[in-house]
Order: sequence, then structure tokens, then C-alpha cells
Amino acid sequence: MSQPFRLNKEGLINRNKKISFTFNGKKLFGYEGDTIASALIANGIHLVGRSFKYHRPRGFFGAGVEEPNAKLQVEFNGHSEPNVNATEMELVEGLSATSQNCWPSVNFDVGAINNFLKMFFPAGFYYKTFMWPKSFWYKIYEPFIRKAAGLGVASIEKDKERYEHKFEYCDLLVTGSGPSGLASAYAAAKNGAKVIIAEDKPRFGGTLLTDDVSIDNLSGKDWAEKIITELKSMPNVTVKNRSQVFGYYDHNMLVMFERVSDHLEKKSKFTPRQRLWYIRAKETILSTGSIERPIVFGNNDTPGIFLSAAAKEYMKVYGVLVGKKPLIFTNNDSAYETALEFKKNNVEPIILDTREEHSSELIDEAKSKGIEIRFSHGVIVANGYKKVKSAKIGKLNKDKNSFEKIETVDCDCICVSGFWTPSVHLASQSGNKLKYEEKIDAFIPDKKKQHETSVGAANGSFTLEESLKHGFENGSNLSAKITETKTEISIPNVNEKKYGAHDKFWCMPLPKNENPKRFVDFQNDVSVSDIEIALREGYRSIEHVKRYTTLGMATDQGRTSNLNGLQLVSNIENKIVPEVGHTTFRPPFTPITIGTIVGREVGMEYMPTRKTPMHEWHEKNNAVFVDAGAWKRPRYYKLGSETLFEASKREAKNVRENVGICDVTTLGKIDIKGPDAAEFLNRVYTNAWMKLPVGKARYGLMLREDGIVMDDGTTTRISENHYHMTTTTAQAANVLSHLEYYLQIVWPELNVNVVSTTEQWAGAAIAGPKSRDMLSKLYPDLDVSNEALPFMGYKEAEFFGVPSRIFRISFSGELAYEINVKSDHGIFMWEKMMEVGKDFGNQPYGTEALSTLRIEMGHVAGPELDGRTIPSDVSLNGLVSKKKDFIGKNSLGREAFNVESRQKIVGLIPIDRKSSIPEGSHIVQDQNAKLPNPKLGHVSSSCWSVENNNPFSLAIMKDGKNMIGKKFFAVSPLKNKTIEVEVISSHYVDPEGKRVRS
Amino acid sequence: MLYIKCPYCGLRAQKEFSYGGDATVKRPNINEEVPSEDWDNFVYMRKSPRGKHIELWQHIAGCRQWIKVQRDTATHEIFQTAKVTEEIR
Repeated sequence: MSQPFRLNKEGLINRNKKISFTFNGKKLFGYEGDTIASALIANGIHLVGRSFKYHRPRGFFGAGVEEPNAKLQVEFNGHSEPNVNATEMELVEGLSATSQNCWPSVNFDVGAINNFLKMFFPAGFYYKTFMWPKSFWYKIYEPFIRKAAGLGVASIEKDKERYEHKFEYCDLLVTGSGPSGLASAYAAAKNGAKVIIAEDKPRFGGTLLTDDVSIDNLSGKDWAEKIITELKSMPNVTVKNRSQVFGYYDHNMLVMFERVSDHLEKKSKFTPRQRLWYIRAKETILSTGSIERPIVFGNNDTPGIFLSAAAKEYMKVYGVLVGKKPLIFTNNDSAYETALEFKKNNVEPIILDTREEHSSELIDEAKSKGIEIRFSHGVIVANGYKKVKSAKIGKLNKDKNSFEKIETVDCDCICVSGFWTPSVHLASQSGNKLKYEEKIDAFIPDKKKQHETSVGAANGSFTLEESLKHGFENGSNLSAKITETKTEISIPNVNEKKYGAHDKFWCMPLPKNENPKRFVDFQNDVSVSDIEIALREGYRSIEHVKRYTTLGMATDQGRTSNLNGLQLVSNIENKIVPEVGHTTFRPPFTPITIGTIVGREVGMEYMPTRKTPMHEWHEKNNAVFVDAGAWKRPRYYKLGSETLFEASKREAKNVRENVGICDVTTLGKIDIKGPDAAEFLNRVYTNAWMKLPVGKARYGLMLREDGIVMDDGTTTRISENHYHMTTTTAQAANVLSHLEYYLQIVWPELNVNVVSTTEQWAGAAIAGPKSRDMLSKLYPDLDVSNEALPFMGYKEAEFFGVPSRIFRISFSGELAYEINVKSDHGIFMWEKMMEVGKDFGNQPYGTEALSTLRIEMGHVAGPELDGRTIPSDVSLNGLVSKKKDFIGKNSLGREAFNVESRQKIVGLIPIDRKSSIPEGSHIVQDQNAKLPNPKLGHVSSSCWSVENNNPFSLAIMKDGKNMIGKKFFAVSPLKNKTIEVEVISSHYVDPEGKRVRS
Repeated sequence: MLYIKCPYCGLRAQKEFSYGGDATVKRPNINEEVPSEDWDNFVYMRKSPRGKHIELWQHIAGCRQWIKVQRDTATHEIFQTAKVTEEIR
């Protein structure tokens, strides 16, 4: 079990703990502290995936978040997760990783034929090819694209893990724990500020872990450890690793993704897998560092080609060599550090430097250590298919557009450095307009937009001394404004190597007659020639070039490709980069799991469940529930093997014949008090309210200002200045806001208060011809005669010792009452009603029977009051006062509302008296007419009329009042039904309304 | 997510509020004759300015008060919040 590329002692991994895992079925091991990438490289494995479009072999390129290639399907702790970044995912015991986007295997991938057909897959291939014939799209093109494209496979198993959301507030949020981040956090913490410092990697310190520097005579790594230890000990500081701040939103809201337990072998049942932090920060330090960018050359995507800093990180952090015969290809000094690190580990690198021969501290050191340096040299093309075997290198001429000499050298890896790109994503997301910094050939943040302050490499300062200085200064100044305390901190002494100037060189020319692919964007397979084609075809705006070629649109967001792409466009266009501009950075910075976004809001926790006080009784008595907003309401009570249809028919029939009770707790209830309450109601409702006596209820209709019906319900005058309003279940919250709007803003002079009492009262309706008899048994001491408690009457009385309110109101059209008691007494009331009701044939009824009863009576509800109907449309114009003003009155005069052929509610019965008419059916004159068949109306509500024993529906129909007696077709393409219907009055049962008054 | 200062409760997250539209629209007086053009303007016509906008929000999951918020519609910057009885200049 030897690991051929593992160094003997270097690295920060725990060599005492071996971890076994599999890759494409092969059993391997690594150490605690390894990533999947470092463990695979230690085992000499580089070929891990196939590219998106051409299925070219791909290996690792980076060592962290910048990785464009190594996305694996990973199974661990019972998950299967696609597109996992192998360079970020920590190794855990038993983990199993497999390659994506290849079939049958990563070694032999059928899709690689695309690579040989690449002349047929140019930029915009999909746009050009799949346009015609149109009929091919669904059956041929789309399935093909779906099969060929895409990365990993999403699991279809239910995610059993726990995800959490957390809301946090702080004075200063520091994003990144490199030198500038640590310095900022430390200075702010010393000033007493509430600080959160977030690091996306497991280890704190950023470049301090890999750079050969010292701070106050400590190594960078030791200094980082010292600062972090001190920060952790401070009560005003939250220190978080494995935490990526991925989004910068409005008003300084930042969102962070914490990988809480993916790296743990065993965890408690209550430990979440991942956590999403919403952090509202007063100030934000963006110390996100920089990402190395490559130099573009032929076949630069071959496995074994790395970013130079990544190669160094593998050695320093993981004790892993990316190769034993490295070529270092650079245009700047930083890659020399990688070369020196190789040399330290007894590996002989060759440095190819695009710059002309010159001298700097690092060049001199490399020379003194005997490292071979070739100036004015670069890699032209990498050789090898599944792994780099050699490289064709060339000596560049003075203009760097052709070669003076070309030769081939053996190598097993190429470490490339094209200088550094500040990570400006968060700054850009905050709204910061970036500016182009000529000195470093990259964009850096411009003037602050929110409270973001970029420091260190993220702000284009690439020296440790500057980074620390910026960090301490900004951390101190920003926090001092908040805490009004300033603790003096002496800036430590720094020892670092001085870098010389870099070469503004980013793409190798090609020798004549050679045309290997030169990739700019690895993840989306965008090459230099693709961008050239896009420009040749007339795309100019960088945003268009991006979309046409998909440059920078992959999950890595073009971290290693954006600037090279811009350089290419600016060269071809003969513009400078800032003229070309940059594309928009959008959150999330790194892909995050759906589970984390959802958090705990799944299943039962998706939304609150509202249950009435009688809910348990309903459950025990075989109620089948239906959702009404957040409420659970009994839809029907199932007896034996009854269906919904049978049960609702039985329940409704029993109400018409005997008596039934229905839980109406969910109706919205609003308590209205104040000397101006009557005047207020008079303005809110369309009908007159000034003369309603105490102890009486009235049905009321509410409009919006545009004349459309908003809601209906009854309101009862409890006492002189006290009213009890009911609303529909669905509109309860809207009506309350509506009333508050008018009281607070429009008529603040009215002395009225409103408050929701929906949850305070439990309600039960008693409906049916025997309801009075039953009521008299429920209230033996009360006169419940028609004279003493008439229709729309109201009484307060004790219900077996419990205070209660009795309303004589009816939704079913039968003689009916509604009893309200305090919620705590709801179940007592209900059980008493069931007990007393036995003698009268009482049965509980659900919402389905309730609908049947109201539909055949022609009472309107939500489906008719659908936000498109005015009072006359639903035959409620009798409730519209002509004498007084009210909300929406002025709109009722609109011409369209008053045309003769205006839509109106009607009733429909099928000619065969048997076929139920599906709700939503369209009413047409001629069922065979050519499409689009003119629509005359729609079916809003349907039921089986228990009174007449045949189907009955309500419909809103054009010129409805003149359609009575005519025949039409109700067509439901959804249910594939066409039913011949006759139009009748919407009041199918008891049109005179005698029963409610009986 | 916006951070809105309720004049009654202090700084609260946007999810506690619901939006109520242009705060400068005045409803014509009740019980008064309104020319139909004025009424149509009140019901239907709204400006959609880029920049400063005085709007209504209701602190629906808080004190339930309607408040005025002066916000930049392009940048979301909030300049001032006030009770509905107060003026925003």
C-alpha cells in the first residue's frame, strides 16, 4: 500500500490516521487531512474525468475552489452527491468517488469521439445545429443533448440529512483567513468589535500555509496559528472554517455556507450536515485573496498540468508531489517558489520563463540552487493523451509571436503560472464597479458601494507586508467607528522574498501548420478558436461572447479563465481590456447544495400547520383532511368504504333532511371596536351599515378600489361600538391588512381599532331543518324561537356553563346557526353537540358537503370571487348601495362594467342529468368549431345536487342573464370531456330563500 | 434582503414586511364627487421611477403598522423611513 507520490514528512496531514476510500471501484488510502484530490495524486492517479463537450481526458488543475476539471460523483455517509470538487472535499473513511461524464469508463470513453469531430462542434454549435427541422426538437435533439450533456447524477433518494439556517449579526465580517484577513479580524477584535471570520478551507492561514515567509520571527503558518488561537479565545469573535461566504446581497447581508459535518466519520444525530448563515454585517472585510491564472498553450488541458501554486500547495499542505519531472512554465516570479519547493524535495524542475534573461531575488536563488532556467521560453504543446509525457517547448522571438527554436523535453507534469487574479466576486456582487489595474493586468474593486472593504491580494496587493498593513489598518479603523475604542497594534516585522515584474504574456503562439486545442475555459471546453469564431461571426459585447461560447459559464464561474478570455477578445478587437469590460459576477461563488438552501423547511416543516381545536376529534372520526391555506379542514368523514363522492353526498343530504355540524373555526374573524366603527364598516362594505342594531348580523360585500369583489362575510354588532367581522378562510390576512391600511393611512381620523381573533374563537355551524330543535336542547334556558332569534339574529348565552356567541347565519341555505366559544372550549362544544345531536340525526359534515350545499343554493365563494368579478357578475348588486360612498364605488361606473352583455353567474345542468361537469370547463356554442373556439364562459364550481339528485354547476358566462334556457357545450380538454349543458338560474334550490328564515 | 428601520420597532429584516406601493398616492376624499380622470389616475396610474421613491410597507410580522420608506429603486438604498403620519422630504 505504498503511495508513490507521497513525500516522507512534508505536509499538514495526520500520518497516524489512514483513511481508506475507493476511486472508480479501486481501493486506495489516504490520510486524515487529505482531500480526494491530494489522496489520488499521492497514489499517482491523475485521470479523473472527461471534459464536458469533447470528452477529453482531464485531471486536476488546482488545489481548491479554482478547480475547473475534477468534479466527481461522491458517495459517503449514505449520500450520493454529484459534481463534488475533488480538490475541496475532505477524505472520510469509506468514501467512494467515481468519474462523471464518461461512458463506459473514464479510461475508455465513447463520447471522446467528439474530440475527433471537434471541427463539427464549434462555438454556438447547439444554436446553429438544432434549429431545424423544428419537429426534430422533442424527439431527437433534446433527448440527445440531455444524454450527452450534464455532469453528475442527482440522487433520487430522499435526503435524510439535517440542514440548518442561522441568522447572525456582527460588526465586522471577515471573509478569508489569509494574512490580510487575520490582521483585520485581530485588529477589530482588539477594538472590542463583534467579529466573524470565515475560512472556506479546513485550515486557517491561506497563503501563509504555503509561502516561505516569516512574521515576527515566526513562520507564516505558526503566526497564523497563534492569531487564530487568540481569536478563538476571545468572546467577541466567531471563528469558522469550512465556511464559504458565497453571496453579497443588499444592505450588507452576506450568506455563508458551512460544511459542518461532511468531514466527520461519526456525528451526533442532531448535528446538521451543512448550515446556511445569513449574516448582517455592519462592515465587511473582503480578504478573499487571489487565484493564479494559467498561460494558454496547446493541449493545456492534459492531465498532469497544474497551476503552479497548486503544485506547491500539494507539497506543502498534503506532502504530495504532482510529478517527479516537472516543467515550470511562468511569466512571473511566484512560480519560482514552486520550483524551489520541488528542489527542496529532491525533484529537479526546469523553469521556462517567458521573460528575457534578467535577475531578481528569486531568480538568483533558483540559479544558486542549480535549477535550470530557460528564459524567453514557453510550452507550445503538451504531449500525451491521458497524462503529460513530454512537451514541445520553444524559444520565443523578440515579439513573442513566433519561435527561434523548438524542441521536445520529457516531463510528467507542467506547472503553469500566468500571474494572479484578485478574487473580486463578493465585491462585484455588492454592487462595486470594478476597475482595471494595469499593473497587475486584472480587475480590482473600485469605490465602495456598500460597506465592503477589500484588502490584501483581493485588492491587488500581492506582498505580505502590504496585506498585513492593509488588514490591520482597515480592521482597526472600521471597527473603531463602531465600538469607539481604538487599541494600538504594532504592525509585525515581515520577512518575504521580493518579486520582480511579471510579463504581460498570456497565450502561446502556435507554430505554422500546427493546430492543437488551446483551452481558455476548461470546464466548458472553450478554446481560443471558439472565441475567435464568435468574434468573426459578429459577437462584440463580452456578455454576448460569453453566452455564445459559454466562456466562464460553468460551475467554476471562470475563475481561471475569465481574464484570459478578456485578453483574447481585447487582442482580436484591438481594444484594451477595460474597454472590453467584464461579465457580471453572481452568487453563489461556489455551488452549494439544495438541501442547505431549503434548510429545515421540508415536509411538515415546509409551512406551519394550523389545526382547529376540534382537529383531534376529526382525526379520530375518520376525517379526510384538505389543505385550506395553512389550515387542515375535514373534507369528509369516511364511513366504511365510502368514497369522497358518496360521503359528501350523504353528509349534504343529511343537512338538507336533518341536521349537520361543521367546523368553521378557520373562517377569518376580526374584532372591530371604536366609536367610529359603524362609519368605518359603512365605507368598507358596499351595503349600508349605519342602522344595524345591536344584536344583529348582516352579510357584507367588500370591494377593491377597482370595483372587483375582494371578500364577503357577515359582521355582527355585539354592542354599541363593538363588531365581530368574519372573512373567508383564504382572505383573512388580506382583509386585516386592507382594514389596517384604511385606518392608518386613508382615514386616520376614524377612531377604530381592528385585531384578528381567528385563533381566539372555535366555531361550529349547525345546519338543517332540525337545527332549531337541536339548538333548543343545547340551550335549554334560552328562547331560540324564530321570533326571539330570527334570521341574522345574535345572542350571547352560556353553553353548558361556557360563555358562547350564537349567530343565526347560514352558508348552506338551510335554517342554520353558528356557535362560537373560546378556542379552549372548542372540543367541549363539539363533543356536546355530537352527544345532543344524536336525537336529531346529526352528522358532522366536511368542506365537500359544505360546497355542495352552497353551490346548489347559488351562494358564491372563492371560485366565483376570483379577482375578476364585480358585484353584478355574481348577482350581488342588491348589496350595492346607491346612496352612500364606499371603497371601490367610483369604479363600478366604468363603461365595461355596465355593458348589456356583461358576464354573469348562471347555473348549468347536463342535458343527460348524469354527467358531472368538470370545474374549469369552457362553455362553447359549437363543440366542433375550428380552434380557437370562442369561449362564452367558464365553469367555476360543480357539485352533485343532493336536492335534485343530478349534477349542477355554477358558471360565469358572457351575457349570462340572457342565456337562461339555452343549450351549450362545456368542454374540458384537461379531462377530455365534452358535456352538453342547459343554462338555468344559479339559485337551483330554494330560490326565494325561505328556509334560512323558517 | 433589505434591512428596514421600522419607526416603531427598529431595524428589521425585509421578510417581516410586506410591500404596499407608492406612498404619495392620495385617495380622493370619501363622499365627494371625483372626476373620473382623477379616479382612474388614483386606481391605475403609477409612476415607476428609477431612483428615489417613497413607498408604503407594512410591518406585517411585527407591529402591523404601515410605514413610509424612501428607497432607491435601482440600488435599494434606503434613505429614510417614517410613520405614515410623518412627512418624508
